Amino acid sequence: MTIVWNDPVNLMSYVTYVFQSVFGYAREKAEKLMLDVHHKGRAVVSSGTREEMERDVQTLHSYGLWATLQKDG
Amino acid sequence: MGHGFRATREGVSVHLDAAEAGVLRSLVASMVLDVVEPGETGDDPLERALRIGPATEPTDPVLARLFPSAYADDDAASAEFRRYTEGDLRDAKRADALTLIETAAGGQVTLTTEQAQAWLRALNDLRLVLGVRLEVTEDTHEEIAGMGDDDPRYPAFVTYDWLTYLQDTLVQALW
Repeated sequence: MTIVWNDPVNLMSYVTYVFQSVFGYAREKAEKLMLDVHHKGRAVVSSGTREEMERDVQTLHSYGLWATLQKDG
Repeated sequence: MGHGFRATREGVSVHLDAAEAGVLRSLVASMVLDVVEPGETGDDPLERALRIGPATEPTDPVLARLFPSAYADDDAASAEFRRYTEGDLRDAKRADALTLIETAAGGQVTLTTEQAQAWLRALNDLRLVLGVRLEVTEDTHEEIAGMGDDDPRYPAFVTYDWLTYLQDTLVQALW
């Protein structure tokens, strides 16, 4: 799964916008994930095969989000 | 400083005066283009063809933030991921920075959808670089409001705050 970590620079509006454009999430879901990152320090933003997650992490890095991938469980 | 981005019929648009455009171009050139060098590959022709680059995490905290390790708990997998992705990522960040430098001019700046995406990422990269260098925290925005202009950090922080404003208005205009 792909995890995004909180950082003090990325704007709440920008992070929400990136979740919507990268994953095609509805604004409500993207906002909830952004708030999870902001308040809990991290959130799982997508899950799938290792190849899919590596692609997601690379895309998120291109937007400057601090993303990592991790095996489930 | 000035106004932020607005959505118009022709695309997102911002009015910059000549000095603002100059500051923006100069910051992106010195803080992003000069910091993010083109993706390196080894001498091996196969490595070059596959765009395989270095595997080690950058020691500079700015570069470590722009190119974070992909696996929090697996150094070998992170190194492998980095070898195949960092070069492309560097080139993409440089291309975004160049788009901003080429399009930021004094007067009314109207961006195509593609240019607006490049600006969004380039402004964010610039803020990430400044954020690491200035040790920005969640409270920085409030601190700037109370900071005297005799504080040596004042010009840099006000500039950072202006970039935050520009980026935030760009997001709102694109939504």
